[in-house]
Amino acid sequence: MAQMSMIEAIRSALDVKLSQDPDVLIFGEDVGYFGGVFRCTAGLQEKHGLHRVFDAPIAEGGIVGAAVGMAAFGLRPCIEIQFADYIYPGYDQICSEAARMRYRSAGEFTSPLTIRTPVGGGIHGGQTHSQSPEALFTHIAGLKTIIPSNPYDAKGLLIKAIEDNDPVLFLEPKRLYNGPFDGDPNKPAVSWAGHELGEVPEGHYTVDFEQARVLTQGDDLTILCYGTMVWVAEASAKAAGVNADILDLRSLMPLDLEAIVKSVNKTGRCLVLHEATRTSGFGAELIAEVQQHCFYALEAPIVRVTGWDTPYPHALEWEYFPGQKRTIEAIRKIMES
Amino acid sequence: MSSRQNTHGQNQSKLFVPEPPFRPGDTPDFSHIKIPTEHSPGRPDPMVDAYDTEPQATGLVRVLKLDGTICGEWNPKLDADTLRAGLRHMLLTRCVDERMFTMQRQGKMSFYMKSAGEEAVAVATAMALRQSDMVFPTYRQQGILMARGWPLKELMCQCLSNAGDKLEGRSIPVLYSVRELGFFSISGNLGTQMIQAVGWGMACAYRGSDDIAVAFTGEGATAEGDFHYALNFASTYKAPVILNVVNNQWAISSFQGIAAGQGKSFAFRGLGFGLASLRVDGNDFLAVYAATKWAAERARNGGGATVIEHFTYRKEGHSTSDDPTKYRPKSEPDVWPFGDPIERLAGHLISLGEWDEARHEALLKQLKAEVRESYKEAESLGTLASPSKINPATMFEEVFEEIPSHLRRQRQELGI
Repeated sequence: MAQMSMIEAIRSALDVKLSQDPDVLIFGEDVGYFGGVFRCTAGLQEKHGLHRVFDAPIAEGGIVGAAVGMAAFGLRPCIEIQFADYIYPGYDQICSEAARMRYRSAGEFTSPLTIRTPVGGGIHGGQTHSQSPEALFTHIAGLKTIIPSNPYDAKGLLIKAIEDNDPVLFLEPKRLYNGPFDGDPNKPAVSWAGHELGEVPEGHYTVDFEQARVLTQGDDLTILCYGTMVWVAEASAKAAGVNADILDLRSLMPLDLEAIVKSVNKTGRCLVLHEATRTSGFGAELIAEVQQHCFYALEAPIVRVTGWDTPYPHALEWEYFPGQKRTIEAIRKIMES
Repeated sequence: MSSRQNTHGQNQSKLFVPEPPFRPGDTPDFSHIKIPTEHSPGRPDPMVDAYDTEPQATGLVRVLKLDGTICGEWNPKLDADTLRAGLRHMLLTRCVDERMFTMQRQGKMSFYMKSAGEEAVAVATAMALRQSDMVFPTYRQQGILMARGWPLKELMCQCLSNAGDKLEGRSIPVLYSVRELGFFSISGNLGTQMIQAVGWGMACAYRGSDDIAVAFTGEGATAEGDFHYALNFASTYKAPVILNVVNNQWAISSFQGIAAGQGKSFAFRGLGFGLASLRVDGNDFLAVYAATKWAAERARNGGGATVIEHFTYRKEGHSTSDDPTKYRPKSEPDVWPFGDPIERLAGHLISLGEWDEARHEALLKQLKAEVRESYKEAESLGTLASPSKINPATMFEEVFEEIPSHLRRQRQELGI
C-alpha cells in the first residue's frame, strides 16, 4: 500500500497498464513530455517512451477520431481531453462512431478506448473549466460513463476502464484531485494523505462497474451522489444530524439500480445530488427510476440539489455550487415531510 | 442571375454566394475545362519532398487519353489480364448498381446508392493495394468489394436487411462492414472516417507493420473538421495513409464550389499541411491505379500520407431519394468532358487488340446473369417488404460486449 492523491492514483493506473500491455497508448494535449496540465501523466513518457505517451494537436475531434481508428485496429488508446468543457468537438466521434462501432458492424469492429477528462468546479475555472457534462453521455447507447470520488476507486476503475472492451468515458472530479472536499471553500484544503481511501495498492487491481459504493449506512434517508458531491453529502448528513445511506454511484452507465432500489425501499426517503445543471440532468434519470421502483415505499417527495441551469459563473462560483447549505436544507425538508 | 436586392430593404447585399455554372434549363458547356492531352504532370520519385508535388496537386495526373492511347510518365504498365480484371470489376459494379436501383424502385429495399461514373476510383484503388491495407470507404466505393471478391449475395442481403444480412439489419443499405476484406464499417456520418483511418495508420506504424490505411471522402465533406484533423494528424505523425477525396462535382445538390470556396483544388489543400498531393483524372483507371501505387509506396517507406483528389463526375442522383434534374441540367452528365471510366478502359484494351465489342457484350451478359442469380438467392432470404425474420432480441445485442442490466430489463419490456 502507498499513500496517493487522486492524481497519483490515476498516474499509477496508467503506469500499471502501460507496463502490462503493449497495446496501451496515451495521447492528448500536453500529456507527453510535460505530463499534463494536472500532472496525471507526469513521468510516463520518460518511463515508457515517446511512441507510447505523446502530445496531440489541439483538436479534440482529432484526438478521439484517431483513437477510434487505433481501437478498431486492436490497440487500447487511453486519451486525455484536457477539460470536459473542451470535449464537444469530439462529441460526434464519441457518440456516432465509438459508441456505435460494435453495433453497426455486428462486432467486426469495436472501440476499446478510454477517454479521461476532468470535470466539475470549485477551482475558479469559470464557464469553460468547470462543466459536468455527464448527462450528455449517459444518454448515448453504447458508451459507459464512470466517475470516481477518491484515489482508491480512481485507480481500480481506470484500470477496469482500460481493460474494458467498450468505450468508456472516465470523468475525473478535478476538485478532488488533491484531497476530499466537503463543499466549504473557506476551510483549509485537505489532502488525501492519511485518508483511508488514499491508501492505494501499487500494483494491479480493479473496481467493478455497475457497483455503487455505500459510504455510510443509515435508516433516515438515501442520498444518491457521485464525484465531488459524495463528500458534500457526507458532511451535510453529519451536520444535519441524520443517519443516511449515502451511495457513491461511481458508475453512471451501467447503473447499479439494485443498490439504489434496495436502499430507498429501506429508508423511504431520497435526495439526489449533482453538480451539473438541473434540467435533463442525470438526477432526472435517477428520480424516474426511484419513483418507478420505490413508489409505495416513499414517504416524501424526492428532492434534487444541483447546479443551477446557468453557465458556471466565475465570480459567483460558490453561489452556483450545490454546497452544504442547500444540501442540509434539502435533507431537513425531506425529513419533515 | 438572381437579384442581389435584399428582400427586406433597399440595400444591395455584398454577400457572395457561389453558384454552379449551369442550372436546369441551361445548356451545359464545359469548354472552359482544359483537358490536358499530352500534359500530365510528371511522375516524381514517391519519396519526393511533399512541397515538390505542387504541379501534381494543381494539374491533372492522367495516363489514358480520350482516344484510348497512353501518354505521360504515370503508365503503370499493367498486363492485359489485369486490365481485363479491372474492366470486369467496374462492369460488375455497374450491373449490381442497376439491379439494386431497380429493386429499390420495386419496394424491395428502403434505399440505394449507385456509383455510376466513379467505378474506376474504387476498383483501381483496391487493385493497387494489398488486401491487408484497411480501406475506410464512403457509401460510393462498392467497387472495392467487387475487386476484393465479396460474394454478391452477401452484399445484396445487407441491402435487403434480411435474414442473410450479417449486420443483423441494423444499418440502411450500402453501409457495409467486411473486415476480412479490409473494408471498414461505413459510417453514415460524413468525413468522420478520415481521421479514424489516420489512427489506424498510426496503429500500423506503432506495431511496426508496413500495412497502410486508405480513407475516402467526397469533396463535399472535406469541409468537415474531421478532414482537417486527418490532414493535420497525418502530417504530424507521418501516418502511413492515403487520403482520397472523390471530387464528383456534386454533394447531393451542392456543387463542388460550396466546399471548395476559392481553393485551387482539393488536392492543393494537402500541400498546406505538408502532405504530398496528387490531382488525378478519376475516370482514368490507369491514372488512379498509378497514383495509388505511388502513394502506397511512399506511405510504406515512411514518407507519410498523400492526399489524392479524384476528379470525376457523379453521373446519377446522390441516392434513390434524389432527383438531380431538380438542380442541374439533365444533359450535364452526357457532356461531362472526361468520358466514362468503363468505356475508356474498354477503348484502351480494344486499341491494344486485347478486347472487342463482342467480348464486351458477352461479358456484360454473363455479369448480368450472375447478378440476377445472386439476387434471386438473396431475395429468397427476405426483403425489407416481407416480414422480418431477424430475431428482435438481436436489437439489444452488441450495444455493449455484454448485455447490461438496463438492456436486459428493456428486452423484457418488449416481451422477449
